[in-house]
Amino acid sequence: MGSKQSVFTEEQLDEYQDCTVFTRKEILRLYHRYHALAPEIVPRYFNDIADIKLPLELISEMPELKENPFHQKLLQVFSEDKQDNMSFNDFLNMFSILSDLTPQHLKAYYAFKVYDLEVMLGKLTGDDELSHEEVQLVCHKIMEEGDLDGDGKLSFADFEYMITRAPDFMSTFHIRI
Amino acid sequence: MPRHEKLIVKSSDVSIEVDNDESDDEEQGEETDDYSSEVEPQCTKKSAGRNRNGKRKIEQESEEQSDDSEEEEEEQSRKKNVQNRNKLTNRNNLNEAEEQATKSRKNKRNAKSKKKDSHSDDHDDEALGKKKKGKSDKKQMDSESEEEDTKKRGKRKDKNGKKAVNKGKINKNKYSSSSEEESREEEEVITEEDMAKLKDQVEEKKKLIATLRNKPSPMKQKLQLLKEAQEFVEKFEGALGKGKGKKFYAYKVMMTKKWMKFQRDFENFRTACIPWEMKIKEIESHFGSSVASYFIFLRWMYGINMVLFGLTFGLVMIPEALMGKPYGSMPRKTVPMSEQDSAMNFATLWDFGGYAQYSVLFYGYYNNQRTIGWLKFRLPLGYFLVGVGTIGYSFMVVIRTMASNANEEGGGDDTSFNFSWKMFTSWDYLIGNAETADNKFASITTSFKESILEEQENRKEGNIHLTRFLRVLANFLVLLTLAGSGYLIFFVVRRSQKFAQEGLDDYGWWERNEVNMVMSLLGMFCPMLFDIISPLENYHPRIALQWQLGRIFALFLGNLYTFIIALLDEINLKLEEEKIVKYNITIWEKNLYEFVRLTVSDTLTTVITILIGDFLRAVFVRFVNYCWCWDLEYGFPSYAEFDISGNVLGLIFNQGMIWMGAFYAPCLPAINVLRLLASMYLQCWAVMCTNVPHERVFKASRSNNFYMAMLLIILFLSTLPAVYTIVSIPPSFDCGPFSGKDRMFDVIQETLDNDFPAWFGKVFTAATNPGLILSFILLMGLAIYYLQATSESYKAANLELKKKLQNQSDENKKRNKKNAKAAANQMEELQNSMQKVNERATGGDVDKKANGVNSSNQPSAQGAYPPNGRGMRLAPPPRVAVTRPPRPRGPGQLPGQPRYPGPQQYHGAHPRMPRGGAAYR
Repeated sequence: MGSKQSVFTEEQLDEYQDCTVFTRKEILRLYHRYHALAPEIVPRYFNDIADIKLPLELISEMPELKENPFHQKLLQVFSEDKQDNMSFNDFLNMFSILSDLTPQHLKAYYAFKVYDLEVMLGKLTGDDELSHEEVQLVCHKIMEEGDLDGDGKLSFADFEYMITRAPDFMSTFHIRI
Repeated sequence: MPRHEKLIVKSSDVSIEVDNDESDDEEQGEETDDYSSEVEPQCTKKSAGRNRNGKRKIEQESEEQSDDSEEEEEEQSRKKNVQNRNKLTNRNNLNEAEEQATKSRKNKRNAKSKKKDSHSDDHDDEALGKKKKGKSDKKQMDSESEEEDTKKRGKRKDKNGKKAVNKGKINKNKYSSSSEEESREEEEVITEEDMAKLKDQVEEKKKLIATLRNKPSPMKQKLQLLKEAQEFVEKFEGALGKGKGKKFYAYKVMMTKKWMKFQRDFENFRTACIPWEMKIKEIESHFGSSVASYFIFLRWMYGINMVLFGLTFGLVMIPEALMGKPYGSMPRKTVPMSEQDSAMNFATLWDFGGYAQYSVLFYGYYNNQRTIGWLKFRLPLGYFLVGVGTIGYSFMVVIRTMASNANEEGGGDDTSFNFSWKMFTSWDYLIGNAETADNKFASITTSFKESILEEQENRKEGNIHLTRFLRVLANFLVLLTLAGSGYLIFFVVRRSQKFAQEGLDDYGWWERNEVNMVMSLLGMFCPMLFDIISPLENYHPRIALQWQLGRIFALFLGNLYTFIIALLDEINLKLEEEKIVKYNITIWEKNLYEFVRLTVSDTLTTVITILIGDFLRAVFVRFVNYCWCWDLEYGFPSYAEFDISGNVLGLIFNQGMIWMGAFYAPCLPAINVLRLLASMYLQCWAVMCTNVPHERVFKASRSNNFYMAMLLIILFLSTLPAVYTIVSIPPSFDCGPFSGKDRMFDVIQETLDNDFPAWFGKVFTAATNPGLILSFILLMGLAIYYLQATSESYKAANLELKKKLQNQSDENKKRNKKNAKAAANQMEELQNSMQKVNERATGGDVDKKANGVNSSNQPSAQGAYPPNGRGMRLAPPPRVAVTRPPRPRGPGQLPGQPRYPGPQQYHGAHPRMPRGGAAYR
């Protein structure tokens, strides 16, 4: 325990616990994962003074994310500097949001940021699986279903209303780490 | 016009707040409510404080510096007082001043709101950095007029400010501390009022700490907030003398976490316990839910058979094998001398003859000893009860499953977001394996195809008269086929009876096997005929499948019942023989052993069909295709499709045989378990590697109630003969646990007489007298009638409510659309007028800004929806193309839209772009 604990100070651990849904063990594990992604860049022991960031490509190599068709978008959403880099804070935040302990509305909020209709359909179904007409049909249907205020756009309110009623959302928008 | 302006301002506030990740819907409610009600003045003050904070970044260019600085001093002085637990004397004045300040600010904002549209993009870019974001945030604050937002934000900023002042962290928040000095001097005694407020604040902070993890803000910001909140709480908690609350809360949170983790693990464990889940998922992902429904049904059947197997194995076979009389102790437990030689041959054993027949596997082996072994296990009673229990359990399970399925069907009717849910929630983020991911892609594609098919079917319209005619024609043809096959079977059975009476020795192989052969041939070709007929009807594939199932079901049922009738005829024949020649050891029960052989041969047939029909065909098509003159894969033979209807019916009929024969052959459930197990693996494999998905992948109905209904019918039909033999045919005198009794159920009476006190027997006899039973049945009938009536009325009420809901939502939609349209028009007008005013007022400068607005709005006019910087690009089906002139977004979508921090987002949303915006940048 001693050696592990020294990765963070107690204070940092407490703070992270308050800011995320993780326990200290999980935070430590996440840091190790983060460290393992680029051992030469990330120091073994956490300090928040040095501004360490990893490029998104590196993070997207994680097996948890690699197969995810949305991982690029997902990482971009959580990357705070908008330059395709991710600090440990962002990293932790992302997995906190994706944890199953996170309430629905919060997940919905981030899901809204991540999802992009047209790209999604292509990514979800492979390239030639659906014909153009079918894609059109699906898009049209989704707009019809989701656009509750009838303004021709899918606003966050619409999206949240829709997604919080989805039976699977909580279980699928979730990464166990 | 001010009203509109205000509207815009408000919405933009919201948007900005969301953008900056500071808003928190759920928290808003709880945290701010008490504030607004209890400490109204404080709220105002807070907003003032916030404004001050906001201002500190833009002091240079802010026009309202004068009144703000005033209130800033006061605000800080208040905080000082609180810190030092001193009384604040000038509170009232202060409040008044603040109110005034707010008012004046509002007015100003109104005046200025025209400029907000021209807020620039690069400013937003800046806002992406956290500190800068904060800055912009604060800038926006000035114009915020909505209490909730302001309050909350205010709270936070307030706190920031406080901390900064307290700790002298001026560097961080960059505001001058000159006013601070003044305020320090006003230290006085704290009042109870302040104390209460302080308490509230501390509570607030604690709550903030507790809910911080649920805020959608970047980690750095959270950490900072946390630090500040913690410091605040630490500082004041001692004074208020309570620190336990937090600990308790933390404990509670921890326990909740643990509980959730436990639940999750338990859920995982339970899921892991469901066999073949992955296999079925994989099949579902490639072949659609309709094929998967067969496998789910198969698995369900396996579960039932496991229970039946447990019952017969545990309560009948094991006790007999362990404690019953050993093999060879009596004639019924010994292979007859004549068969002795061949009794161990594989062929005999395979046919369940020889030693296999004279074993616990069959009814005839059991003897009528009332109790066996040192446990005094009452085997005949056990046998009887297990037989009855098997039937009873099966009925119960089937009916219960049907009922729960029906519930599901009724309850889960919310299909209003069918496509959206598929789109947004179908990807499972847990997938981390390439193969699983491929499967998932396949399954999502399949499910989309299913839904698209449904949608297309819904839209399909054709010539209704033609369709009707074709349907009638198809049904007529089917009826003809059925009648023909029925007559054929009838004819063949009659012929075979004639042959049997004349003695089979004179006839060849065909005559002997005529009935069987005709039945199998009919079973093979009639479904094909139906298959050819069904496209005429032009049904949705799911409904077509049900029709197909129903027709084949009728066909098979006819076949089965002919078979049973033939069997019963033979039984009657043998009974008569038995009466005539008592020494003849032909025993009618043994005819029912036939089911065992049938089951085995059926299994074999299935396996062979799969191997030849699917596997060999697939191999042929795959490899011969290289050297063939046409494309075999897409041309004529192609790969086989999975035959859902045939497989389902095979399963159901097989189960029917099990139910029918299980009483006389306790080994049947065991054999069936093995069979199901084998066919599960075999078919899973065969489907995945030899079949191709159906041309029109369709969604199975959510419940398998159609299968269940057929199963129920089969269950009823197959238990009828079993029950008939149990109740009304006297058991053979020399075999089985009931030998020597008049009827099988006499075993109960016997047990009552011997093992229960006399009064119990009397009570039982009294209770079973016809009068009581009749009245009981009558009562049950009444109860059923009553329940039926109530359920009908509930159903009607449900329907009514559903209709109402539907109407309401439709109405809402319409109204919203109308509102949005109206708002859009107003916006346009407003925009135009604003432009005019601006032009008049600032000339060329505004021109530039207006251009900026236009360009940033342009994308929306071109069909791509506005928020294309980040987040969801809303489906742009060309039909819904938006061709509005550039304008600020209408209020309709405002609550949600704003959440993009994307640069283009805020054109026209920033309420108060200072005139000197360029300089600021």
